[in-house]
Amino acid sequence: MNLKNHEFLEKNSIVLLITIILVVLVGGIIEIIPLFREGTVIERVEGVRPYTPLELAGYNIYIREGCYNCHSQQIRPLRDEVARYGHYSLAAESMYDHPFQWGSKRTGPDLARVGGKYSDAWHVAHLTDPRSVVPESIMPTYAFLKHRAVKTDDLDKHLSALRVVGVPYTDDMISNAVNDATIQATGDPLTDTAGLLGRYGEKTVARDFDGQGNVVSEMDALVAYLQVLGTMVDFKAAQEVENEVINK
Amino acid sequence: MTTNVIEKPDYNFDIVKLFTLATCFWGVVGMLGGVLIALQLAFPALNFEPYLNFGRLRPLHTSGVVFAFGGNALFATSYYVVQRTCQVRLWCDKLASFTFWGYQSFIVMAALGYVLGVTQSKEYAEPEWYADLWLTVVWVAYLLVFMGTIIKRKEPHLYVANWFFLAFILTVAVLHIGNNLSIPVDLFGTKSYSVPSGVQSAMIQWWYGHNAVGFFLTAGFLGMMYYFVPKRAERPVYSYRLSIIHFWSLIFIYIWAGPHHLHYTALPVWAQTLGMTFSIMLWMPSWGGMINGLMTLSGAWHKLRKDPVLQFMIVSLAFYGMSTFEGPLMSIRAVNSLSHYTDWTVGHVHSGALGWVGFVTFGCLYYLVPKLWNRSEVYSLKLVSIHLWVATFGIVLYIAAMWVSGIMQGLMWRSYNDMGFLNYSFVETVVAMHPFYIIRALGGLMYLSGALIMCYNFYRTIKGDVAAGEVDKDGNPRAAVHTGRLPQFQPAE
Repeated sequence: MNLKNHEFLEKNSIVLLITIILVVLVGGIIEIIPLFREGTVIERVEGVRPYTPLELAGYNIYIREGCYNCHSQQIRPLRDEVARYGHYSLAAESMYDHPFQWGSKRTGPDLARVGGKYSDAWHVAHLTDPRSVVPESIMPTYAFLKHRAVKTDDLDKHLSALRVVGVPYTDDMISNAVNDATIQATGDPLTDTAGLLGRYGEKTVARDFDGQGNVVSEMDALVAYLQVLGTMVDFKAAQEVENEVINK
Repeated sequence: MTTNVIEKPDYNFDIVKLFTLATCFWGVVGMLGGVLIALQLAFPALNFEPYLNFGRLRPLHTSGVVFAFGGNALFATSYYVVQRTCQVRLWCDKLASFTFWGYQSFIVMAALGYVLGVTQSKEYAEPEWYADLWLTVVWVAYLLVFMGTIIKRKEPHLYVANWFFLAFILTVAVLHIGNNLSIPVDLFGTKSYSVPSGVQSAMIQWWYGHNAVGFFLTAGFLGMMYYFVPKRAERPVYSYRLSIIHFWSLIFIYIWAGPHHLHYTALPVWAQTLGMTFSIMLWMPSWGGMINGLMTLSGAWHKLRKDPVLQFMIVSLAFYGMSTFEGPLMSIRAVNSLSHYTDWTVGHVHSGALGWVGFVTFGCLYYLVPKLWNRSEVYSLKLVSIHLWVATFGIVLYIAAMWVSGIMQGLMWRSYNDMGFLNYSFVETVVAMHPFYIIRALGGLMYLSGALIMCYNFYRTIKGDVAAGEVDKDGNPRAAVHTGRLPQFQPAE
């Protein structure tokens, strides 16, 4: 190695600065840019839709409370994980998460497919006092969620911001955001859920998640979010297609 | 013997003093946070909803130790080193002061946000958009002060420590901006949504996250190593050639390592494989740097016997070597399938953070504080030695507990019975970790105690006291420096 060449860098700080930037940019460019090419990273699957306003409020509570510090949402294609948690996670399933909630640590179990595994009442009891349903649990309590109203009045702004970054919310969804949140959380048979289901699909669940009548609490929002996790893709229907491919 | 009398520049040490004191303060706060959340995992009754729940306090601990403790240490040492090695006063006092107050206010802004539930949920990049913008301004000022000083230097050659500091400042700027592109919901609100989503946001986050380790906690601290180890050992750096190879290979390779945080996820396999390959390659520059630091003592190994400050530096390099060996191992996909999501990762991070980052910082501070306050040595080298041993045993307890609990939990998760069913429910693995969580908290408590001993030592050093029995280099008893007033208000000698 010719040290004379390096001496030039040591004596010209601006050249050194530019060289450093160029050297550190290479790896990031090669690893990140190709991920934005359409269609090569995210497989096409049916069923993945943007969160409803109430679920989105739940997603934001999940972030606010730092749930990602202890719970992952990414099932790896390993035998024990598929047995414990269900089908391994697909890229499409987190395509509307800005940002992703894959996590990095499982102090508690993975939540990627927790939706539908437990009843709403179980979730409310568990969040209020985890040790009332799982005596050995080390999770903190979140009883306060039941007593706090969800901030719904700015949900249209949230949907608009997400549309800017690529989530396909329609004008209709944005203008009805505030109402849709209330309707989804009350589950009153008298309320008209047709509009909500029309916008977000027939599988959308509208009911009284927190068991507190007409109150739209943060507990409603968080449970609505937890109950939709991992349920959007119909893996039973996909199984037949997968089997066909394997048989061929 | 003739000596050339060189006129000593009027260095700006006031700013270095401020950052040094802030390092000690935030170090204790951040480590205290760590002990608290460690205890919360052992005893969940210590969570107090909503503000003091684990989920809100964990970022407070990580940001506290990484950015508040580590960041202030980097500011202090880089401002000291760049002045000494360039032989000029720091450029622009006012801007330098701005970096101090600006950075402290960023820390407070971020910390308040976490407790109140304002977070982007990206690990080590939790502060929301307004705090990120503020940090960007502060960071540009930092770069200007640092480069301004370099440009007006009297020494034509830029010393190797400055290459590392410069790479740290520049790359952290690139990473910070790249990972925090987001759209605020409301310009008067705290909430924002990141521009990328899902897979792309995961890749960008771990490109950032791993290089927060690579550039904030490694390149910057290697800058410290390259100045303070030779200074304390009074020997030149072992190999200039190795420094060059070390520097360029480290900064080139580190950037690629991020995807090893995403093995077996929905990230394309080619990206995972690239991340793994470069992580393994990273072993070489890491150990090259360690060897360059350790071998600096060749011809001066006898000093290690008596000098606890040098011991801190050398033990830190040993931990650096150990954790940079463990890291590539854990980045191998098959190993990662066991280690990922478990406490093994936590143990690995802490062997690097407590052993390398913490210890090299303590070593540098023990060298720096007497220099800044015009003392021949710290108040008590004996207390330095006690700090060293208490902290070392603390680390050993910590990482051993995490190795056992992490590997145990990973094995329990994948254990099957004769019928082919899973052997353990999730919560059974939680129960099994309880004793190790207590041992870990104890290790953390010991490490914190060591830091408190250091703060006391510095308090007495700054006051001008000398402990009984302390001797100078020639073996003569050291006299106290009693000024009657706090020394920082004294005119320069």
